[in-house]
Amino acid sequence: MPQSFDILVIGGGPAGIAAAIRAAESGANTGIVDDNAALGGQIWRRARTESVAEPAAEWHQRLQTTNVSVLCGTRVFDQPEPGLLLAERHNDILQLAYQKLVLATGARERFLPFPGWTLPNVMGAGGLQAMVKAGLPIRDKRVIVAGTGPLLLAVAAYLRSHGAEIPIICEQASWGKLARFGLTLLADRQKTTQARQLKRDLAGVPFAANAWPVAAHGHTAVQSLTIMRNGRSEEIACDYVASGFHLVPNTELAALLGCQIRGGFVHVDHLQRTSLPNVFCAGEPTSIGGLELSLIEGEIAGLAASDRVPEAQRLVADRKKWARFARRLDRTFSLRNELRGLASPDTIVCRCEDVPHSRLREHGSWRAAKLHTRCGMGPCQGRICGPATEFLFRWSPDSVRPPVFPVRVSSLSAERTGQPEHTKHEEANR
Amino acid sequence: MSDQVSLTVNGASISVPSGATVAVAVALAGQPCRTSVTGEPRGPLCGMGICFECRVTINGIPHRRSCQSPCEQGMEVTSET
Ligand SMILES: Cc1cc2nc3c(=O)[nH]c(=O)nc-3n(C[C@H](O)[C@H](O)[C@H](O)COP(=O)(O)OP(=O)(O)OC[C@H]3O[C@@H](n4cnc5c(N)ncnc54)[C@H](O)[C@@H]3O)c2cc1C
Ligand code: FES
Repeated sequence: MPQSFDILVIGGGPAGIAAAIRAAESGANTGIVDDNAALGGQIWRRARTESVAEPAAEWHQRLQTTNVSVLCGTRVFDQPEPGLLLAERHNDILQLAYQKLVLATGARERFLPFPGWTLPNVMGAGGLQAMVKAGLPIRDKRVIVAGTGPLLLAVAAYLRSHGAEIPIICEQASWGKLARFGLTLLADRQKTTQARQLKRDLAGVPFAANAWPVAAHGHTAVQSLTIMRNGRSEEIACDYVASGFHLVPNTELAALLGCQIRGGFVHVDHLQRTSLPNVFCAGEPTSIGGLELSLIEGEIAGLAASDRVPEAQRLVADRKKWARFARRLDRTFSLRNELRGLASPDTIVCRCEDVPHSRLREHGSWRAAKLHTRCGMGPCQGRICGPATEFLFRWSPDSVRPPVFPVRVSSLSAERTGQPEHTKHEEANR
Repeated sequence: MSDQVSLTVNGASISVPSGATVAVAVALAGQPCRTSVTGEPRGPLCGMGICFECRVTINGIPHRRSCQSPCEQGMEVTSET
């Protein structure tokens, strides 16, 4: 028997939480699903010992005053028919029926391959932060933070406040781009305050623009990183490398459902409506714009889904302002050409199947590479190597097939029997 | 001692703060999570359940993402080859 909802929200980050609150306040029978153990998404993820800080606390409290059904540890992987989703929870399959759907599936980091990036303790910037929030002691460890995007600074400040030593932050964007971006922040009080706080938190930490990682060294784990800085290379000892190149939207579920994707993002109108009737999308799948944009889009989606269009429309102007901020982020942290040359021929690009750069560059498309090298056929389903090859070789992604996440065998046999489509989960279970 | 959880990683006992994930226990034990198809040691990359680089066998069940699995008392964790 499926659980039925008037409005179902997929993703429990800021966008999803805001959408669920607005929907439930209208009296709709609302559910919110997230694959993590607790709601909060990426930015509001916290260590067990940390208390909920503002503004997360305010939104969590507001959620508690509603009767939203919260389903955590639950990952949506397929839509066998319109209006019905399948999700995996532990080893169970849940059927979730909806009248209206809000997709708020967030974003992930973009990783770029460089020699040595597969060594243990070379992690994503957000990745290492999540590990520390999950209990990894970082005190007195040397962590080089390298890549691009505002997340680098947030992560460096977090790690430092937990006792890490940050020998350097390498940002690939140029000083010129950063300066222009900085000036535009001055126009907004909230952003200026945030920037000032970061500056205080990172006082004394060397920051280099025009700088990027070129090779990680070590045997069983990383011991040092060579960076390129103003055209000169330099090797720096470290215990961890935290490296991410801004964010890429999680559009797989939207694509599976058949929502129109434009320029890599889920296409929505001013009320967060996708190209499909009754399917809305909010937060990072529509653009990478930070917390404020995710919250506003979530609110608009929740209001519009519960037919409170005039109220939703009142938020549209604010949304426009933060959408401009998203475009500035895009421009500032766009990847420089030199990064295409980072991988050497034997650098592994597809980590699931260990496919090196030399074997990929023989192919003309993502599909051909998949067919001949198994790149993107492993359990990450191309979530890591896809965005990398998109940048390295300018390949466009393939169509998405179910399940959007690898699912355990027992889950699938409970699903649609007799459909020979599920090669992907077998990869995960090899 | 309710604040600590004991488990084994590749047969060696380790104690971690309760609430820590298996990925943290494996890192503290100084072990890789898995060995890749060409024999490289691998550990967590994304920390958020997407890359599958952190997968381990937990209590005999293979391919569990250790970054998404909280440690439990008496768990037996092994690296994957
Ligand atoms: C790794 C990482 C770390 C970050 N850390 C910071 C930080 O420290 N400071 C900062 O200012 N910004 C940070 N950001 C940026 C921040 O996430 C965004 O600015 C914004 O808050 C995103 O909100 P959101 O609700 O759109 O998405 P998210 O917060 O990403 O929430 C989306 C949620 O949907 C879930 N989900 C996705 N697909 C499914 C599915 N199929 N089934 C069930 N659940 C699903 C995800 O697990 C996630 O919990 C980080 C981003 C990333 C990727
Ligand atoms: S570290 Fe990526 S899935 Fe666990």
